[in-house]
This record gives sequence, C-alpha cells and structure tokens, in this order.
Amino acid sequence: MTIMEFFGCTFISYGLPFAMFLFTIARDPLRVIVLIASGFFWLLSLLLSSLLWFAVVPLRDQLAFGLVFSVIFQEGFRFLFYKLLRKADDGLQKVSQANEDEHVMPRDISNKHIMAYVSGLGFGILSGAFSIVNVLADMAGPGTIGIYGDSQYFFITTAFLTLCFVMLHTFWGVIFFNGLDTKRYWMIAYVGVTHMLVSCLTLLNQRTDSRPEPLYLATLIPAYIVMVVSGVMAFFVAGGSVQNIKAAFVCRKGRYEID
Amino acid sequence: MSSKISSNSGDDEPNERTSLVSRHPVNARTAQEGGTMESLSASPAHLLTSSSTASDVEAAAAFDNTLAGNSDTPQTRDQASSPDDVAIITPEVTIRDPGRPLTMQPDQDGTQPPPRRPSRQTRGQSGEPASQEEEEEETLLYGAKHVIMLFVPVTLCMAVVVATISSVSFYSTNSGQYLVYTPFHDETDDTGTKLWQSMANAAILLGVIIVMTIVLLLLYKYKCYKIIHGWLIVSSVMLLFLFAYLYLMEVLRAYNVPMDYITVAILMWNFGVVGMVCIHWKGPLLLQQMYLILVSALMALIFIKYLPDWTVWFVLGVMVIWDLVAVLCPKGPLRMLVETASQRNEPIFPGLIYSSTMVWQVAGMADNNGEGKKKKRRKRSSLTTSSTVDDNSDTEDGENMRNGPRINRALSGSTESARARSAVQALNSDGVTSSGRRSPTPQRRTVQTARTSSASNDQGRPMGQEQIGSTEDEEERGVKLGLGDFIFYSVLVGKASSNGDWNTTLACFVAILIGLCFTLLLLAIFRKALPALPISITFGLIFNFVTTSLVRPFSDKLASEQVYI
Repeated sequence: MTIMEFFGCTFISYGLPFAMFLFTIARDPLRVIVLIASGFFWLLSLLLSSLLWFAVVPLRDQLAFGLVFSVIFQEGFRFLFYKLLRKADDGLQKVSQANEDEHVMPRDISNKHIMAYVSGLGFGILSGAFSIVNVLADMAGPGTIGIYGDSQYFFITTAFLTLCFVMLHTFWGVIFFNGLDTKRYWMIAYVGVTHMLVSCLTLLNQRTDSRPEPLYLATLIPAYIVMVVSGVMAFFVAGGSVQNIKAAFVCRKGRYEID
Repeated sequence: MSSKISSNSGDDEPNERTSLVSRHPVNARTAQEGGTMESLSASPAHLLTSSSTASDVEAAAAFDNTLAGNSDTPQTRDQASSPDDVAIITPEVTIRDPGRPLTMQPDQDGTQPPPRRPSRQTRGQSGEPASQEEEEEETLLYGAKHVIMLFVPVTLCMAVVVATISSVSFYSTNSGQYLVYTPFHDETDDTGTKLWQSMANAAILLGVIIVMTIVLLLLYKYKCYKIIHGWLIVSSVMLLFLFAYLYLMEVLRAYNVPMDYITVAILMWNFGVVGMVCIHWKGPLLLQQMYLILVSALMALIFIKYLPDWTVWFVLGVMVIWDLVAVLCPKGPLRMLVETASQRNEPIFPGLIYSSTMVWQVAGMADNNGEGKKKKRRKRSSLTTSSTVDDNSDTEDGENMRNGPRINRALSGSTESARARSAVQALNSDGVTSSGRRSPTPQRRTVQTARTSSASNDQGRPMGQEQIGSTEDEEERGVKLGLGDFIFYSVLVGKASSNGDWNTTLACFVAILIGLCFTLLLLAIFRKALPALPISITFGLIFNFVTTSLVRPFSDKLASEQVYI
C-alpha cells in the first residue's frame, strides 16, 4: 500500500515534468546545463529565504512571513538568471554549436522562448523536488499518514500541488522572460502577483486551532485555474496559436521537439 | 589531489596533472588538407589510411622520420591522398608549417579529397596569426557536450553511492572499524576533542597521500615502471574482487537474498576478470567506463563506511587544498611529476582517469615497445592511454588510490598539454593565420590535432601496431576526469545522503554539477590542466552544511504544513 502510494504520488507530481525533460531537454547538452544552472539559482533563492526565516527568530512560526520574502527572492533570482542568460548569449551560442562547421545561429539562442522555458522548468523541477522529495521518502513507509488525525488526502494533495507548482514555474519562466524581452512589464507584474497569490493560498493548507481540517480544495482549485490561465498565456506569448494546436495533432516526425 | 582538468592546449604552464583533459578530435585531415603537397611533405603529420596496411607501415616510418626531424617523406603524401580514416601521428608537423592554412572548412572534416588542398594553401598563406581570443573561442565550442559527457558518469556514480547508502545499512552505519590512517575515532561528545581529532586524522591521511605521491614520483623518476604497474594492478585486483565481493554480500544481505557460493564465485570471477581486461588492456568503451564508475563508487563507499563522520568533512576540505597546491604550485609534486614525464616525452602512466571518449587502450604498454609503430585506433581511441590508467587509481585503499591516480593523470595531462603548448607556440611564432571568422576553428583544430598526435605517439608507438585515425572528430574528442574526483564527489553526496535528508543530497548534487560547469568553463579559458575538486567540493560542502542547518528546518516545516513557496 505504501509503495503503491509512493509510486502513484511520484508519477502524479513528476510524470509530466519528467516527460517534458525527456522530450525537450535531455538530448540537448546546452539545455541541460541551463536547466541545472537555473535550478542552482532557485536553490540560492531558497537559501536566502531560509536564511532570513532562520534569522528572524520571532517570526519563525509564522510561515507567511518567510513565504512572502521567499516569493520575492525567487522572482528576484529569476530576474538575475534572465540577466545572466542574456549576458551569456554569445558564449552559449559558441558552446552550443555541435560542429565547427555550424556557424548558424542555434535555435536555442535565436528563439528566446526556449531558454525561457528551460529555465522555468529548472526552477520548477528543483522547487518541486524540494517540496516533495522528503514527503515521498516518508511515503514509502513504514507507516502511513492519518493516524493522528491528519487528513488522509495529505499525500495526494502534496503531489498535485507539486505538479501545479512545477508547471506554474515553467509558464512563469516563459512569461517573465518574454515580458522583459519585449518590455511589457505587466507580464512581470502578473508573474509576481500570481506567484504571491498561489503561494499565499497554500497557507490554507495549514491546520490551525480554528480550522482543524485543511482547506485543500480552496487551495487546489484556484491554483489549477491560475496554472491553466498562465499556461494559455505562455502558449500564446511563445508564439502559439490555434493553428499550431491543430497542427500538433497531425502526425509528423519530430513533433515533440520544440522548434 | 585527484582531480585535474586539463585543457587541450596548454599555453604556458608546464604540466599539471590533469584530471580532466578535454580531448579534441584528432584530425589528421586537418594537417593534410591544409597544406599543399609540399607542405604536407614538410609537415610531419601523417594520415594513415585504414584500408592499406602497407600505408600504415609507411606512416609509421614517416612518423619516425618526423620524429627524427625529417620533413620530407614521400609516403606521407600517399597517405595524405587517401581520403578517409586518417590518423594523425605527428602533431608537430602541423605546427611548423607557417603558411599552413589553419582554416579548414567544416565540410572537409568528413571527407577530404586531395583536390581541395591547393585552395587551402592559398588561404593559409593569406591568414594571419590567430589571436588568443580566437583560440579560446574554439575551446569553448565543444564545451556543452563535454560538460554533459561528464555530467552523466558523475551522476551515475553518485546515484550508485546514494542508492547504496540509502538501501544498504551496512555502508551507513559505523561498525567501529576504521581505516588505519585514522587513529582517532571521534567517539567522544566533546566538540573540541572531535575537532582536533578529525583534523589530526585528515592530516595523517594527507601525509600518507603526500608520501605516496612522492614515492610514485621517485619510482617514476628512476623508471621503475614495473613496480608502478604492479602496484596499480594489485590495487585494481583488490577493488574488483575483494571490495566488489563485499559489496555483493552486503547487498544480498540487505535484501535477504540467498545465493550459493558457487554462483557467487562464478559471478565474481567473471566480473573481476572482465574488469581487469577492460581497465588494463582493452575493451568496449562503454564497458570500461562502466567499470571505472563502479570502481569509483566502491571506493567512495569504503571511504564513507570506514572514515569517522567528522573526518570525512575534514578530509574533503584538505583534499581541496591539496588538489590546488599539487596542481597549481610551481613546485607541486604532481606538477614535478608531469614535468619529468614531459621531459622524457613519455606518456604518463596509465592514469586513473575517466575519459569520455576513448576506446581501447593498452595499459602497460607505455614502457618499452617498438617505436614508430602505431596502433590502430578506432575513432574514439585517441585518448586511450589515459583511460587505462584510471583503473589503477581506483584500486587501493586510501593512499595508493589517491596518489596513483593523481600522478597518472597529471603525467598524461602534462605531456599532452606540454606538446599542445609547444604546438600552439609554434603556431603563433610561425604566424599561422586564421582566415576570417573561421580561423579560430581551424587553429583550434590544429592544436588539438597536435595534441592528439602527440598522445598517439606516446601511447601508440609502444603499443606497436597501426593506428587508425578516426574519421569523425566528434567521437574523438572528449574530456577526462580523474577517478579521484569521482570518488570524492560521491563521498560528499553519499555522506550528505546518509543523514536521511534528501534535500541535502539534492542540493549537494546540484552544487557539485554547477562546480563542475565552472571548472570546465575555467578549463576553456585557461586551457591547462586544472584541479577539478576545489570548486565543486567547496560548493558541495557549503551547500551541505547550509542546507542541513538552515534550509532543512525551513523546508521541512513548509512540507509538513503543505505551504508552497
């Protein structure tokens, strides 16, 4: 039972991101590097926020405080990573050439959305991993949750929320980078606001004295709505259109590739 | 200690032991293509055609000539004319020709028809000396691929260690037994005592390593190759048979699987013998890499199991410093070793190096084999020698491993880099020109080629047969990382995972990979052998402690309250 739960939750939270990684990233060395680098940036933001959380002793029990600053730090580091990427464009272009013969601008550089997507996914994968990996380790047993009155939906909610955040980070990455590229700053504001909103909504998952049962639905439903909206937005921002969707259903070779 | 990264072209510095050697494709073609017939003849570089054995012999002869300094060899031309499968034997040729067109066109790599040469020649003459910037750019070209070629094995090695640590309790629990090098077992609760005891342990271990390095240096200096090889072989035998057997036993025990001794004996015999053959003689690249990774993982597990908790961290810290000193100090022991090797113009011993692209290599060959002959290589084989060496490093317990691998690496790296350097210098002095935008690439190639050829010379000759040039550049070029780096990366990650927090493991993993990226970036910039441990391990240590003390409580709280940031 615990093993089944473990695998079920693993696949819920990481099935989609893993598929995305496999189909769009794994084959391209440059993307793998950018993915890890963006993950590292997310790690730095987490480090900074936990440092702040740790330093401000009186507010250590108030996760809302740490959360707000953590969101700010994450978006800050997303911006830093954007700056870094744009600075490194030249170098990346050289590094990514597979052959000396290739003097064409590689796709990854010419299409700015690809790196935006990759870095967004890097943020998402690491943040998702950090929020679920220990839970998964507990999930494998021995023992399971609910004995002391905790919600029996704890694990599955965690899994779905993790998936949601991985995807959200991916979409935010695309929107954020594009907003900076095209100087449409409302996009950046959108990213910041929705990130803050969704994160604050997850505060409802806490069990407090006045609210013994966590309000999972109040968290999950808005989070998924935001995710879908952001996804659609990212899709169109990246040059998607209805025709593209139709075309996607036509069988052709290499359709899983981003181009 | 263990890790160095060497770039293809060492510009200036003599040699440092290189754990990472980035290999570039050996292009015999380049040399051939670039020059006219005359230039070809003048140039030592030879292409060997795989098709004809006779040509190989000739090539060998030509090679010898080149070595002797004779520039004109008729045979060379013939060989050059043959389009495919060219092995570059002598790098120097390439370097010498001033007018030589460094600018090669990409397409030519694949197939070089003789007719093109004239055109190139013209180009080459028109060319101007390449600036260092261009060279650097060239080095960067293959960066991403190299990084990934190292990411995968490093990740695999760490995965093996982490999986073992978290599933087989034998390796994460203290049995009260420790390595002899660590007389203090921090069993007290007093932090101060623990601290100095750990430091003492680390110092003792470091001392052992230094002594072993010096012993190796002396052995090498006085040409006791047999002893060194014996040493390496004994240690790899121990690792492959004894430690692998212990590992198998513990895994079976952990999963409660019964197995009879006969089966185990057959399994171990086959595993060990195949491993020995792959590591010290030849075998499929994939198999060899697999064995190297396994051997590193086994060694890392031994360290994790038999070193006291705090000592591990101190040892890692000490290793960072030692690595820096040994590789970068003008009087560093590894550096001296390398210099000796380069003076003798020898391939370094089999280094304990993982190389992303080498095919088969003969291990003990370096010593004394016929000269002038070349081994047939496969496309990937150019790097071969170094790979062989790596195996050895894995072997022994603490000391030997470290010393041996480092040295070997250093040696190999140094020789190659030294040659590359000289080649580069020659190029510059000659005023080799790079034409237009492309120039960087061609130059780079030359450098690489030279290197390759030098490597091949060292290694190839001894082996004694024909070397076949590889057709494809990509396959030939690769990166080398010392096995010691693998071991210490894995020790760090494994130790981080032994306290049961996966976040720490993840953080260390990401930090090490990022450190590796930085190191490779530096490699591309400085283009000489670099220590691979310092940046990665420093990052890893920082992230380990920060994550354990700061991030862990925070993220645990977030996870248990299901709050997402």
